[in-house]
Formats: sequence, C-alpha cells, structure tokens
Amino acid sequence: MTMREKIEEAAARYPDQRSAIMPALLIAQRQHGYLPGPVLEEVADILGVERIWVYELATFYTLFHTEPVGMFHLQLCDNVSCMLRRSEDLLRHLEEVLGIRKGETTPDRLFTLSTVECLGACEMAPVMQVGDAYHGDLDIARIDALLDRLRAEAGHPAAAAAPPGE
Amino acid sequence: MFEPVLLKNVDVQDGHLLSAYEAGGGYQALAKVLRQDTPDEVIDLVKQSNLRGRGGAGFPTGMKWSFVPKRVDRPKYLCCNADEGEPGTFKDRIIMERDPHQLIEGLAVSAYAIGAETAYVYIRGEYVTAIRRLEQAIAEASAKGYLGTRILGSDFNFTVHIHRGAGAYICGEETAMLESLEGKRAQPRLKPPFPAVAGLYASPTVINNVETLVCVPHIVTRGADWFRGIGPDRSPGPKLYCLSGQVRKPGLYELPMGIPLRELVEEHAGGALPGRKIKAVIPGGVSAPVIPEHGLEVGMDFDSLAAAGSMLGSAGVIVIDDATCMVKVATRIIEFFHHESCGKCTPCREGLNWVVKVLRRIEAGEGAPGDLEQLDRLCKGIFGNTFCALGDGAAMGLQAALAHFREEFAAHIEERRCPFH
Ligand SMILES: Cc1cc2nc3c(=O)[nH]c(=O)nc-3n(C[C@H](O)[C@H](O)[C@H](O)COP(=O)(O)O)c2cc1C
Ligand code: SF4
Repeated sequence: MTMREKIEEAAARYPDQRSAIMPALLIAQRQHGYLPGPVLEEVADILGVERIWVYELATFYTLFHTEPVGMFHLQLCDNVSCMLRRSEDLLRHLEEVLGIRKGETTPDRLFTLSTVECLGACEMAPVMQVGDAYHGDLDIARIDALLDRLRAEAGHPAAAAAPPGE
Repeated sequence: MFEPVLLKNVDVQDGHLLSAYEAGGGYQALAKVLRQDTPDEVIDLVKQSNLRGRGGAGFPTGMKWSFVPKRVDRPKYLCCNADEGEPGTFKDRIIMERDPHQLIEGLAVSAYAIGAETAYVYIRGEYVTAIRRLEQAIAEASAKGYLGTRILGSDFNFTVHIHRGAGAYICGEETAMLESLEGKRAQPRLKPPFPAVAGLYASPTVINNVETLVCVPHIVTRGADWFRGIGPDRSPGPKLYCLSGQVRKPGLYELPMGIPLRELVEEHAGGALPGRKIKAVIPGGVSAPVIPEHGLEVGMDFDSLAAAGSMLGSAGVIVIDDATCMVKVATRIIEFFHHESCGKCTPCREGLNWVVKVLRRIEAGEGAPGDLEQLDRLCKGIFGNTFCALGDGAAMGLQAALAHFREEFAAHIEERRCPFH
C-alpha cells in the first residue's frame, strides 16, 4: 500500500479526519524515518486538514521526530525503577563505547542515543527500547552483545516488518 | 491460597490466541449477558460488585456507567485507557500482550452495558507487541462473531479500534486522552461537562482502565458477591500489583485487594536485595506519596492507603533500599513531572521548573539554608492550584518525601554534598 492508502485506511476508523492526524504521522514517520516540513504538509493535504493542526501534533508528542535519527534509536529508560537498577552506569557505558553523548547520533548515522521516561517494563529494569523491541535485564555485557548484533544487522538490513497500529 | 483470575492465562502457552482463551471459558460472560441480561442489569451487577477503577482514582465503575444518559441521538463511546505512563506500572501491557481476548471481552460486555457500539483503545505508542497482539485478537474475535454486527445472534453491534499514542504521559489523564483522540494536543479539559455526558466528539463517553475492564467478565460469570468477598468490602476484588526497584523478585503479582504492603514486598516479592534493607516504598506509581519502612503494614486498597497519606494509584510498587539517596529519587520524580507537564497551567509549568532547580542544587551539594522551606512553600503553591491531578501528584509526593526524610535533605545542605556518594 502507498502511504496515502495507508493513511486513508486509518482515517476510516474515525468520524473526523482530524483524529487521523496522529496515525497518519506514525505512518509517515515509518515511511520517511522522520517528519520534515514537506512530509507534514503532505499529511495535511492527504487528510484535508489544516497544516497547523499537523505541525502542532508533530511537535507536541515525543515519539514524533522532526529531525533525522540514526538507523538504531537507543532509548534507555532512566526513570526511577531503572535508576534504582543502575541505568546510569549503562548510559555512561553507551556514551563511552559509542563516543557520543545522550541526544546525539554517531557520525556513521548508525546509532542515536536518548534517555526516555518509563517504558512500562519495570519488571525487567534496566530497560532499553531499540526500534520496536524492548531489551530488559540489561547489564554492560548484554549491552555490548546487543550493539554487536545491531552492527551485524546493519550490514544485512532485513526488510522492515509491517508496523502495527498504522 | 488465592487463585489468580486476571492472570490465569498469561503464562499459558499461546495464551494470547482465541483458542486458548475459549478453552479457559472465554467469551462465556459476553454470551451470558447477551442471552439473559439487559444493559441496566449489567450496570447494577457492576455496582453491586463495588468494582472501583484501576486507573488510579478508584472511582466506582458501575456509578460512572450509570451517568451515561440513556436516550441520546448521538453515538456513545467506550474508551479504554491503555496509555500506562505512570512510572513503575506495567500491568496493562502484560494483559494486552499475553491475554488480549480478556480485554476484548471486557470491552464488549462494558460497551453493551453503556450502549456503545464503538470503542477506542488508546495504547501508548511504545507498546508495539501489545498493539500487534490486540490487533490480531480483534481480527480473530471479529472472524468468530464476538465483534461486529449482531453479535452471537443478538441485536448488539460492536467494533473495537486501536488508537496508538505517540508519547506524552498526560495522555493518560482522561480528558487529555479525549483531546488526543480528537487529533489535538493532549491538554486536559475543563470539567464539567463530564465525559459521561459530553466526551469524545461531544458524545457520551466512558473511559476505563484496562484492568478495570478485564474485571467485568469475571464479575458476570462468578457474581458480584464473589468479587466483594475478596479484600475489603468498599474496595474489593483481585488486584494486579507491579513490583519493581530494589527488590529480589520484581514482577506482576495478582493478589487480593487490601493485602498488607509488607507481605506483598517481603513475602511475595522476596524482600530487599542481598545485604540491603528496605528504606521506603512508593505504593502506586510515582504520583503516590512514598511510605517509609515503618509504615509497610498498610493495606493495599484505596481507602487504607488514602488514610495513610498515600494512594493506591496504579499499584506500581517501587521498592527503595538503604543504599539509595531519597533526594536523588525525589529529584528524578519531579524531573519526570516537569518534563511531562503539558504547560497549560502556571503552577505546574513554572512551579515544577523552580522545584527541579532547587532539588538539583541540593542533590549536587550546593543547597542553601532555607531551601527546604522554599520547597515547602512551592509545594503549597502548586497543590490544589493546578488544572489537573498531575501537578497535585507531583506536589504531594515531594511533600511526603520532605516530611519523612527531612534529615536526609538537610544533611545534603549541611555537608554540602550527597552523603550517598
Ligand atoms: C496525569 C494523569 C495520568 C494518568 N494516567 C493514566 C494511565 O496511564 N492509565 C489509566 O488508566 N489512567 C490514568 N489516569 C487516570 C485517568 O484520568 C482516569 O481516571 C482513568 O483512566 C479512569 O479509568 P478507571 O475508572 O477504570 O480507573 C491518569 C490521570 C492523571 C491525572
Ligand atoms: S497540572 Fe500540569 S499537566 Fe495538568 S493541566 Fe496543568 S500544566 Fe497541564
């Protein structure tokens, strides 16, 4: 399906086109990796809604990125339950081995490192989300193994799985 | 021995599939109400059960449903709050991932009771597995005739849609969620009108938490008396507790409402980590005021925790031990609320900004005499003066930390450093 078809399918779930802006932005972000101005305008045009409505949502919700992110977005939880399980040590380690600070992207554009609020998986704290997947019960050895796997995956990019809820 | 009900399928192999759910008696409650009960009878049953909302506030569910006007010319909506943003909480995720049909049946029975033909399940965007599982389950249930038109040969039509969130804790506040569903920035609405009268698209709307909804089919099959027989009469039922932090066996536990916090933490979750002692427990997600170790006899139900100056909230039980600095914990919690403040009202937006600055300064060993009094004043300025409960929760939590652990805060200022570093 094209992006337009996916957005129109999502819009059919609501009595009002405006409600479809959020799902449409998720679809557009999946397609383009992030949401630059022209993509936001395309979304507004497909739905036939005010552009300002689209801009307003793209900047309010934290899962929308108006700037490009790396191929793998490492999102480490540093809220209380993970903090109590020493997520800070993991952040320091990630910053060291990737050579970047949180909020930055590696020069090869492979990794963006962020800290995020609670991911809702505190039973496996400390937790990190990478793409769609959660990785729990992390320690430094597991982080290293994960980075190796991701680097290998980047060498052979598999076709991205169909996204849910879009 | 308490027999789990809400979690009975979660550890079953392929428990998320319809076949497994049906094998455990699934969709019998829906069949039963469609066969023999009027919507009002279902509402009465839920009222008799004393079920109270599991999303945080503990509002009586049957009463909430009865506020929905009976005869209106607009469609009615049921919204399921699966935003689960309260730090320390993960129960709704596990239900949706491992037993999504339980939620669909809960939605269907509840929608029948309030007269809704459409439900939106608002799931936080990070919960990709939960979204996939629920989508699959909706497809299976529709194919089998548990969703759709003329369900099981009755006159009841019902459709479930998933609305995927995109971050922002405030979307969990019910009126902010409605704004978000309408495609707007998630900022809370002025009440009244209450959603039951004018909610989604200005139509009568009921918003319930995932765990609240999954209780409903069990009340239908086992009866209101069964439900009321578990835990305190005014706050009864089986309850999901999310254990995390510095405890041996973090995880999701289903136990009676009202179980003593100490028993939950020490017996079920295995107590403190080796060589450590429990210092305090946050009983209901970070919005709930912290309880010091000597207060752990409190019962885990809405009324007992309120009487103890805290709240059951989302039952996210976060255990903190003696190697941890309470100033650091308090700072991290306020940083969270400050980050998530939607910016609509000044006491929350500006007040929390100020509180964060003072707390960070104290934790860094740069606090000044008078800082604690200033925090007291700031909390008073925020509490009771905010548009929604986010600001109140932040202020209440900090007030409790300041009251119970004042010496720890003072020691940071006197020693000009964090004593835990
Ligand atoms: C800031 C804030 C965040 C909230 N987050 C959630 C949440 O993530 N999930 C939830 O079910 N309720 C949340 N609530 C409570 C809802 O506003 C609402 O009371 C609840 O969904 C009603 O469902 P219930 O009666 O079944 O508990 C939140 C409330 C506030 C003030
Ligand atoms: S209390 Fe905070 S989150 Fe709630 S409306 Fe005011 S600014 Fe927004």
